[in-house]
Amino acid sequence: MSTPASQALDRTAVPWLFAAALVTTLPHFAHQAAWLSLLTGLTFAWGAWLWWKDQRLPGRWLLILLVIAACSSIFVEFRTLFGRDAGVAMLVIFMAMKLLELKSRRDGMVVVTLGYFLLLTHYFYSQSIPTGLWLLLAMWLVTATLIRLHGGPASTLRATLRYAALLSLQAVPFMLVLYLLFPRISGPLWGLPQDAHAGKTGLSETMSPGSIANLAQSAEIAFRVRFDGPLPPREKLYWRGPVMEQFDGTSWRPFPGRHVAERVEVISSPIGYETTLEAHNQRWLLALDAPTGLPAESALNGTLTAGVRQPITQRQRFRLAASLDYRFNASEDSAVLRRNLQLPAGRNPQSHALARQWQASEKTPAAIIAKAIALFGSRDFAYTLQPPLLGDNSIDQFLFQTKRGFCEHYAAAFVVLMRAAGIPARVVGGYQGGEANPLDGYLVVRQSDAHAWAEVWLEARGWVRVDPTAVVAPARIETGIADALPAGEPLPALIQLRADWLRDMRHRWEAINNAWNQQILGYDPQRQRELLTRLGLPDTDWGSLAIALGLACGLLLVAITGWTLYQRPRRDPATRLWHKALRQLARRQVNCAPWETPLAIARRVDAERPELAEAFRRVADAYLQARYGRPTNNLKNLKNLREALAQLPRWR
Amino acid sequence: MGIFATLKQQLFRWQSDGSAPFRLCQRRIFIIPSRGGLLFALALIVMLLGAINYTLALGHALVFLLAGLGLTGMVHTFRNQYGMLITPGRCEPIFVGETALFQLTLGNDRSSPRLALELGVEEGKTVMAAVDALESTKIAIPVTATRRGWLALPRVKLSTRYPLGLFYAWCYLQPAMRCLVYPQPLASPLPAVSSTPNPGERSGDGGQEDFAGFRERQPADSPRHVAWKASARDTGNRPLLIKQFAGGGQLELQLDWALTDPAQSTESRLSILCGWVLAAEAAGARYALHLPDRQIPPGGGEQQRQRCLEALALVQP
Repeated sequence: MSTPASQALDRTAVPWLFAAALVTTLPHFAHQAAWLSLLTGLTFAWGAWLWWKDQRLPGRWLLILLVIAACSSIFVEFRTLFGRDAGVAMLVIFMAMKLLELKSRRDGMVVVTLGYFLLLTHYFYSQSIPTGLWLLLAMWLVTATLIRLHGGPASTLRATLRYAALLSLQAVPFMLVLYLLFPRISGPLWGLPQDAHAGKTGLSETMSPGSIANLAQSAEIAFRVRFDGPLPPREKLYWRGPVMEQFDGTSWRPFPGRHVAERVEVISSPIGYETTLEAHNQRWLLALDAPTGLPAESALNGTLTAGVRQPITQRQRFRLAASLDYRFNASEDSAVLRRNLQLPAGRNPQSHALARQWQASEKTPAAIIAKAIALFGSRDFAYTLQPPLLGDNSIDQFLFQTKRGFCEHYAAAFVVLMRAAGIPARVVGGYQGGEANPLDGYLVVRQSDAHAWAEVWLEARGWVRVDPTAVVAPARIETGIADALPAGEPLPALIQLRADWLRDMRHRWEAINNAWNQQILGYDPQRQRELLTRLGLPDTDWGSLAIALGLACGLLLVAITGWTLYQRPRRDPATRLWHKALRQLARRQVNCAPWETPLAIARRVDAERPELAEAFRRVADAYLQARYGRPTNNLKNLKNLREALAQLPRWR
Repeated sequence: MGIFATLKQQLFRWQSDGSAPFRLCQRRIFIIPSRGGLLFALALIVMLLGAINYTLALGHALVFLLAGLGLTGMVHTFRNQYGMLITPGRCEPIFVGETALFQLTLGNDRSSPRLALELGVEEGKTVMAAVDALESTKIAIPVTATRRGWLALPRVKLSTRYPLGLFYAWCYLQPAMRCLVYPQPLASPLPAVSSTPNPGERSGDGGQEDFAGFRERQPADSPRHVAWKASARDTGNRPLLIKQFAGGGQLELQLDWALTDPAQSTESRLSILCGWVLAAEAAGARYALHLPDRQIPPGGGEQQRQRCLEALALVQP
């Protein structure tokens, strides 16, 4: 198959295509399987070597074989060819293979289109500001490649890059209009593949020794909160996650059956707040205890946890309200109470014995609780992120031997003691505290704020929160985890920051990120409705939105067309000065016809205006020099002409 | 020509642009998405669906930015042609079967270059051109001549995909240009030399053989006869000198239509005459051409050759 001259791909355009392929695939190397990156890199190197040596590209059959082999490997790796990760891997492989098939300009077009498509796939993994900037640069380079592809060798590197920047800048107004006005639909349109939201960290539904300690080592942000009023005291900020009632000796799980609706008595007036939850792939909202106002898509699930029907798979905003003082299920179903007294048989005999001893000696449940709290408050217990491993009788081991644990150890041990002493108790997972960013007023709650505490049921008071960690490490509740842990614990550096300026910088960066998340990434159908209402277009339907969009884009197109096509009339500077001289003559009634040559005019001036003759002759000579003299002397000639013109006597 | 082609010809019919320079105005430039543009649009739709499905805010932004890029690319593709100054040039006569080169000057009085312009006539080869900022480029459009006589430049298509290749803009140029096509020369032995030179003509002047002195050069003189050495000896700005020859045995050929084989077609007979003219000129002979409707008196040199070939090209069939 031969390609016509205009369709052929010139050799010097190939490095552009390689560069475009590289910038669009490179960020994927960070998270995809090593063999995929290696294969891609080798293919790139092979293609580059073939180009360098000006050798023949591999035949079609070899390429088909390679693609089939690569796709089979992807299938083996991911068990599917569809879905997010497998799809991205295929695109990367196609891109690499296409570089071995660069024959015509159409192949180049395919590389560029694939490149644009690959840009989108990076957003599956990150939509942060650095990603956005990197991809903007990549888009610029890909566009420059496209221009180079069609401009041929006549387009130089600098001119091509500048032209690509110009085109991209002119596209920005369209992007803004479309971003704001294009009818937004909340996804997904069809079922998302299984791996769509893989790799999201957060509180899990079960709790076992070490699970929260692991989470606490991450400085990732779990959610951000903006309170309508002032920030409530820190020790009241308990963000409730799953309530775990079932204990099998090592791990705690929520009760899987149905719950009876809770009865909450509100004591203090509710405070409103807005939370922006990062994706955690779970069905709860992490509402502040006790939730009184919930968004429409959420409901309490019977244990005061605000649940949602669909897992939270992307960053989402919710409006909530909470009452910090409350009474929860003052009268509780007997089945629930019985459930919260169960313990695995034959485990932790020492703890059971201790609890039964308390039960015998103390009269009220409150006194038993005080006993347990006093036990934890003794000097023996330490708060640490690196507790020793525990065996089958984990609670006994913890209480009587190791005495070192993180919040889940204390909560679990406390609940086991209470249950053994006949007081209904359960473990609550969630987050505690948070850090206020002084720059934008948001309260930032991180994974390191993950926490577990206990809840006991008391006659007439209902479920009451008891946090044994507060006794062991009061600083954990009052100021945060960094102060509660002894030095040398494996906390991420970000959380440990003690230096003020570092902390200040972190606050700044997080405030910028938050603004980016809230204002740009968080532009959803609801925000769009709000914006349209503010623009005076309330309750717009699709039709009128489409008309508005079309109008705005049409106007923009007209503006850009006008700007692009408008040409300032250009005149040669020598001609401009010459015309100035002719105007001077016209004022003295020497009118010149367009066909008269400068020398003819000069001769006429000799005859008609002898007083001007010498000065005008100089102007005419200088003009002829400037027009027809050596181009290298252009500037000097122009200067002479200007001087000659200045010496022409002015008409008064 | 099929119906579609006829329709196309009718739809895009333009008046002749004349022989004066003209500018490409907005009315004559057409623009449609190219195949690459359609691929790009398809990719954008798929990307938009992906962005909606996975709720990627930046994905939306990227798709919209690329859509805007496509639209601005359209404007810039149009701009690559808009306002270009086309100046028809000249075209050297050729023989049938050769390729006529119609010269056009593409002028760009804008401060940005115009790249990747493709010019060509339908069913002909295309040429690529690029015009730098504030410059002009001379290009030649090749047209194969199949018939003798005047070959008018057919409609020229000027097309471009620059800068992004997502759109294809084109316009038709119809400058009034024509090229004289001589008959295809057919090599055949020259006819017999006429024995008696014309008695009325002064013999010995302007021959080719014996040197007979110098005279001042006239513009029509061949540079081969310039006396370079003699001129170089001369100081001052005198005109060049021409060596004059006096020809004793001067040939004078009568190339007569009647001498060709009447059994052959008109075109073949013209081809034979054409071959004779070339052979006679190559031999340095003087020759006259006699056609049924035109007589060309004897003469020699480039001018005579041109006159004869032109007469042959324009013989009414």
